[in-house]
Parts: sequence; structure tokens; C-alpha cells
Amino acid sequence: MRRWLLALCLCFATLAIAAPPPVSQPLGDARPLVFRDHAEEARFRALTEQLRCVMCQNQSLADSNALIAQDLRREVLGLMRAGKSDEQIKQFLVERYTDFVLYQPRVAPTTWLLWFGPLLLLAAGAFVVTSIVRKHGRGAPPTAPENESQEW
Amino acid sequence: MKRWLPLVVFLALAALLLAGVLMNSGKDTSAIASPLIGKPVPAFTLPVLGEPGRSISHEQLRGKPYLLNVWGSWCVNCRDEHPQILALQKSGRIHVVGYNYKDSPEEAQRWLQSFGNPYDVVIADEEGRVALDFGIYGAPESYLVDAQGLIRWKHVGPITDEVLKNEMEPVFAQIGVPAR
Repeated sequence: MRRWLLALCLCFATLAIAAPPPVSQPLGDARPLVFRDHAEEARFRALTEQLRCVMCQNQSLADSNALIAQDLRREVLGLMRAGKSDEQIKQFLVERYTDFVLYQPRVAPTTWLLWFGPLLLLAAGAFVVTSIVRKHGRGAPPTAPENESQEW
Repeated sequence: MKRWLPLVVFLALAALLLAGVLMNSGKDTSAIASPLIGKPVPAFTLPVLGEPGRSISHEQLRGKPYLLNVWGSWCVNCRDEHPQILALQKSGRIHVVGYNYKDSPEEAQRWLQSFGNPYDVVIADEEGRVALDFGIYGAPESYLVDAQGLIRWKHVGPITDEVLKNEMEPVFAQIGVPAR
């Protein structure tokens, strides 16, 4: 049984690997970035942690080794040195690569459901719970004492 | 009625999730839609491959629709779409501009010589700086630009016969590219 499960898992694993990526990546420049001081490095790290790599989907710009991520890191550092604010740098990337690059989605009409949906669900749950509690509260108490007195 | 409520809630939730799956099936989830559709091409001036000293700007390309095809000699998938691009260029229906992305000029020219040059002209972006303005993040990628210099369509990944027929032809009709 276990062997069959393992075989099945392996089958799915090869399926996942077999699909080739539709887009290739160039060879690039792997030189590390040189920071002026500690503050600049800290700001750069904090900013690139919040940005999503466009090529590799589940990595931040800080983590990714994709070539486009290297280019974008250089660009981000360049924009920082040009005196741009974090917000301006994010805007720069959104204009070119859409909201996809932001790990934390903006609050906009298209993302209202995402941001406020959980609150809505919580409110619905609270409503259900209070209505159940109320109903039981109304019915139960009068019956209990009567039975008790009869027993004794 | 009350007894069925959990089932109704379950079915509603299942329907919602199914709709989500159906909406995303068949879509390439790694492709990012371009925010530049309907906007002018980013300003650029890039050297022409194989013609030292000559460069082309976005202004010079304006006036007739063109296909901008991002490629590189390092790009394996670019060979997949090479026959389609070549056929399109040979047909003379649309101006085909090659965008040589992060490549060495020698390698790029060797690639064109060995497989055949499917481009009317090739601009070279060795550094990949202008590519950021286009929102390029790999190759192949393709853009259709109309005579006014507006980006009308973008595709990430190779141009297949299906892409040509189902996606590009309708855009061709809109931007005044003659029918086959």
C-alpha cells in the first residue's frame, strides 16, 4: 500500500517537473551589490523583502537568484540613491510589472473583498452564534428549576 | 429547511471554489499581464545589431504597426517560435522588430546566421535597462504596437500557431494589418 502511494507521489512529482517554463532567462551579472553604509543596506533589505520577484513567483526580490531579480535589485538601489522614497520605488515597479510585484496588495475596489472579506465572515459568524445563544437562553431556564423541585 | 442549511452553504462554497478553478484553468499563471496595454511604448533609443553607429528610437518606429519580439541567443524557447516569426516576416504583413535582450552581439549574430534572420531590424539591449521600462522579465515576449505607437497586445512565451490565430489575428484586424 505504502509503496503504491509512493509511486503515485513520484508520478505527480515528475508531472510537476516535466512542464517546461515558457520563458527563458539570460546569463547575468552575479556581482554582489555594494552598499554605502549600514543604513542603506537595512533600507534596501527591508524594501526588497516586500517586493515579489516577477520571474520566480514565490520568492521576494531579496531572495531570488533570477537574472531579472538581479537587474531589478540594481535598479531599486539606483532609485534609492536617486533620492526616491520607498513608495515611489514601489510605484515605479507597479507601473511596469503591475500590482503583482507587491506582496501586500493595495487597498482598492478590486481588493476590498480580499481585505474586508474576513471581517465580513467574522461578523456573519458572530451573528449566527448570538442568535443561537439567544434562542437557547429564552427557552431553557424556566424548565430546569421545576424539574429540580419535583425530584426532591 | 434548517436541516438543509449546511448542505446549501457547502454547495455555495463549492460553487465559489469551482468558479475560481475554472477561471484560472488553461491560463499560464507565470505570465504577468502588461500594465502598458493601450499606453505608448516606453521611450528608448537602442543600437541596431550589426550596424555599429546606427540606433533606432521609439519615434522612428512610429507610423506603421509593428511586432516587437524579445529574444536572445541564450533563449531556448525562442527557437520554438522562430518558424512562426520567420513566416510572419516573410509574408510582409507587418514590420517585425527583434529586441535582442541581454545578449552578446557576436552570439546574437551567430544565432541569426545559423537559424535564419526573422527580423526586419534588430535592436540590442545588452544591459537590459530599457527592458525594465517595457516590463520585460524574460524571453520570448512579444508586443504588438499600432501606428500611433500604442502597445495593443503583449504575450509572454513563444508565439504558437494558436496564439497567432486566436490572439494576434484579431489585434491585426484592429490595427490595420492586412489579412492573410
